[in-house]
Amino acid sequence: MKTIITATGNTEDALFDLRYGRAKYFCIYDKETNSSKFIKNEHADAQGGAGTKAAEQTVELGVKQVISGDFGPKAKEILEKFNIQMVVLNDDTSSIKDIINKIK
Amino acid sequence: MPRKTRPRKVVEPPKFKAYKPVCLENENNECIELFYEEYEALKLADYDNMNHCDAAKLMDISRPTFARIYEAARRKIAKALVECKEIKAVYGNAIFDKNWFQCTLCKTRFSQPEGLELLECPICKAKEIAKM
Ligand SMILES: [Zn+2]
Repeated sequence: MKTIITATGNTEDALFDLRYGRAKYFCIYDKETNSSKFIKNEHADAQGGAGTKAAEQTVELGVKQVISGDFGPKAKEILEKFNIQMVVLNDDTSSIKDIINKIK
Repeated sequence: MPRKTRPRKVVEPPKFKAYKPVCLENENNECIELFYEEYEALKLADYDNMNHCDAAKLMDISRPTFARIYEAARRKIAKALVECKEIKAVYGNAIFDKNWFQCTLCKTRFSQPEGLELLECPICKAKEIAKM
């Protein structure tokens, strides 16, 4: 199962990003292979619709779970429709590595 | 007999218990009670920039009802600012979005998509889960 964790940077030492649509990077963690890769969020600075774009990208990547700090109404609607689990963490002191270690 | 109020769907409760003013003159102890659904209406319209139609749908209420709740929220906030009053978040007539749960141990909130049967905290794996 693949999980997206929103990240402020592109390594596992980067801090968790509380924003979803406007997160700097998406860390895609694969539980089966215990591996992670990072993709840049191209829409982080978009004028509007960043949440929708992020949700669409999440669906395209075949991710089943997203861990972030907040989900806007539009993003929620899409993720809900595609049965993707949303996990809300209000923790801006954890690194991506910390979170991976918890969920693996 | 008072009319039964239909519950209003709220995505999540506000993250604050209260806002307290720092007054220049002598403080008054009165406070304004802001309902969860009023907070939600204000958030959807003015923070998420949704139009009233979509916001009403999300809260599972009619557009006029949404407009009324939104108006009440604005008036309360304005009154609190002008009269230097504390704003307290109170439950009101809110119900929470279905399929959302909270871990009672680590407080993580999460949605439970249909078809996913195992109900456990995705972060700390605890089974002590409360419905929101
Ligand atoms: Zn937990």
